[in-house]
Amino acid sequence: MTTAAGYNFGYLDENSKRMIRRALLKAVAVPGYQVPFGSREMPLPYGWGTGGIQVTASIIGPDDVLKVIDQGADDTTNAVSIRRFFAKVAGVATTERTAEASIIQTRHRVPEAPLREGQILVYQVPMPEPMFRLEPRLAETRKLHALADYSIMHIKFYEDIARTGHIATSYNYPVMVDDRYLMSPSPIPSFDNPKLHRMPALQLFGAGREKRIYAVPPYTKVRSLDFEDHPFQPIRADGTCALCGSRESYLDEIVTDDRGGRMFICSDTDYCGTRAAGQEAAE
Amino acid sequence: MAYVAVKGGERAIDAAHGWLAEARRGDPECPDLSLTQIEQQLGLAVDRVMAEGSCHDRSLAALAIKQARGDLIEAAYLLRAYRTTLSRFGASRPIDTDAMRLRRRISATYKDLPGGQILGPTFDYTHRLLDFALLAGTPPPPAPQATPKREAAPRVTGILAAEGLMRPETASEAAPADLTREPLAFPADRSMRLQALARGDEGFLLALGYSTQRGYGNAHPFVGELRVGEVSIELQPPELDFPIDIGDITVTECQMVNQFAGSKTEPAQFTRGYGLSFGHSERKAMAMALVDRALRARELGEEITAPAQQEEFVLLHSDNVESTGFVEHLKLPHYVDFQNELEKLREIRADALRNAAE
Amino acid sequence: MNPGFADPTLDAQTSFRAVLDAMAQPGRILRLHASPAQPPAGLAPAAAALLLALTDADTPVWLDAGPAAAAWGRFHAGCRIVDDPRQASFVFASGPPPSQAALAQGSAEEPHLSATLVLEVAQLAAGSGWVLRGPGIDATARLLVLGAPADFLAQRAANLAAFPCGVDTILTCGPLLAALPRTTRVEAA
Repeated sequence: MTTAAGYNFGYLDENSKRMIRRALLKAVAVPGYQVPFGSREMPLPYGWGTGGIQVTASIIGPDDVLKVIDQGADDTTNAVSIRRFFAKVAGVATTERTAEASIIQTRHRVPEAPLREGQILVYQVPMPEPMFRLEPRLAETRKLHALADYSIMHIKFYEDIARTGHIATSYNYPVMVDDRYLMSPSPIPSFDNPKLHRMPALQLFGAGREKRIYAVPPYTKVRSLDFEDHPFQPIRADGTCALCGSRESYLDEIVTDDRGGRMFICSDTDYCGTRAAGQEAAE
Repeated sequence: MAYVAVKGGERAIDAAHGWLAEARRGDPECPDLSLTQIEQQLGLAVDRVMAEGSCHDRSLAALAIKQARGDLIEAAYLLRAYRTTLSRFGASRPIDTDAMRLRRRISATYKDLPGGQILGPTFDYTHRLLDFALLAGTPPPPAPQATPKREAAPRVTGILAAEGLMRPETASEAAPADLTREPLAFPADRSMRLQALARGDEGFLLALGYSTQRGYGNAHPFVGELRVGEVSIELQPPELDFPIDIGDITVTECQMVNQFAGSKTEPAQFTRGYGLSFGHSERKAMAMALVDRALRARELGEEITAPAQQEEFVLLHSDNVESTGFVEHLKLPHYVDFQNELEKLREIRADALRNAAE
Repeated sequence: MNPGFADPTLDAQTSFRAVLDAMAQPGRILRLHASPAQPPAGLAPAAAALLLALTDADTPVWLDAGPAAAAWGRFHAGCRIVDDPRQASFVFASGPPPSQAALAQGSAEEPHLSATLVLEVAQLAAGSGWVLRGPGIDATARLLVLGAPADFLAQRAANLAAFPCGVDTILTCGPLLAALPRTTRVEAA
């Protein structure tokens, strides 16, 4: 096990890790509640995943296998940068395979392959407060959570429907956790929201700049906010992946020319690569 | 499949870092900049980086400035990220600015006062003409020397307080919270607020302070006193019953005197806004003092009408390491969410166009 | 003074991950593999590992394990030992514990400021005993606990009624531990 000279295993000092670990335990004990924590400056900037990085740094051990994705892909520059950081400061094994990872740190996606018990999914969260666009004052939203008063969110959705016939939120679509706390699932596409419901893996959420940690334990009820006559509908481009042929996965739209040419490919590179390799082997 | 050739992130990062290192160094024919040169000749930049980086170390701040190519916010961030890995050994005793070895001390409220006015090394009365003599690098003529007066220089706010005109501040023996170890909570107490302002972005605080002068917050400020100089840092180890002097640092302190209309229970009097900053940084200390006073609105029962009086707004947006991170993160890929927005917009537009056609 | 963790960094990480697993999957029994080899008198290995892994100068600790354990905690964890369990963020009970209602509950706005009770019991076994339901549990889990106070389930029920406030409990038994976060509904079999 090799780690960077001059820095502790996992970069953070033991006091900071303990503080974050205590916050994580309380977060798991009160699913969906945002626990304030003494977020530290990290060598990667605020807004670039410092919350997720601090959570991962506090839980990771030498036996872990880490996968880092950004936009579903392992090879986007920020995912590469974060994976390298942990390889350097914790000396852990890294992987691009969802199934092989014990910890998956993600920005903006939930992997397509179902996660299993024992895995931990760490989300990078920019704005942990689901109501921040409606009520930016933290002292106020804290009261609303205490009272479980989420009427401003319902009214906002109702107004969307009255105006356009649709709930206008497409990503960072708020969810109710265990019928108690309104929670931001982080800016994942609403397509991914159903995956949070009763997921066998532990889900941890870290917001570094906003200094909040929250969690969803395994098998916990997670419901996307909606109305009986306007049920939640996840959105996906109506297309087929040009690489693996998937009609189920979440797709990225690629502009191929300046004459309106478009193609679609899976956003989850491991899912896509595994499928494409399977098809090649079958041929 | 040229359009999806996104592999290669690792190589791209390595190449970009190589290019950055070259760009930072500039023309190799030109002599490398030494940290001593930065410390000595760009001292105010060093002071700003120490203040916003929350770490008093001139040579590390100089290193950060060099590494950041002169980008002072980037340099403050480098210093903060280093600082956060250090262990906290303890807290010093409060510094005593009454006992400051003064380099500069001015009051705008009294023509003369005990300890006198000391103009010191200031830009204030220079004519802002580019000095082409600096091009030649000729050393400046020696400044006139004088023997320092050993006269006590009590703080102006104390002089006003002796007359009962200054609203007293209640001293507290409670251990102040530590912003570097726990998150801000609202309402924030004054120690937490002052910590946040002390490391806040100079430009942001300057704009907010300025806004209070222009009617957004109803301030009538006077510079009671601005002082710059050296103070001792003392540590009291638990095993000893006397403090140990561990060194001197330069600080700038501003006490801004403001009118207070009084209330049903309190007579009209002056109140203070307080600013303190590492190094020589008058603009920062003054802006901080204006904003501190504006943020006392709730405590003093004043109506909160202006941005500078809104505690959450001010304190949550004053940290430039946080704000630059979040603004600049918009450069990261967002195509998953953008795709979702595209589909949503197409869906809503299709509905609207269909309805219009019917 | 008995030694603490053999490897303070990695043993703390291993112990924490076990508690995190336990808290995320209430009723699941985990064996701690990195406990201090010779915990002080009055503290069983798992409880001793939790003390080192989770407490420090920022966490007031109450314990009933006696002066040797208190001195050991102060020395290795740097934690502050308090006399009043109401002030503690961690309560380590080897004997009859203080009532859960008498511990820090947190508030509706800050439910995370509640105490964590670490309770040593005589036996922990899976597959029979109490029936557990709630977040972290796929339908139901079973946990056999011997040696908890007679009114433990009544205290749990009162605790649950105060949600989101409430105490989180970690049951320890020698090298084993299982968690009952405040969300877990517990019924006698």
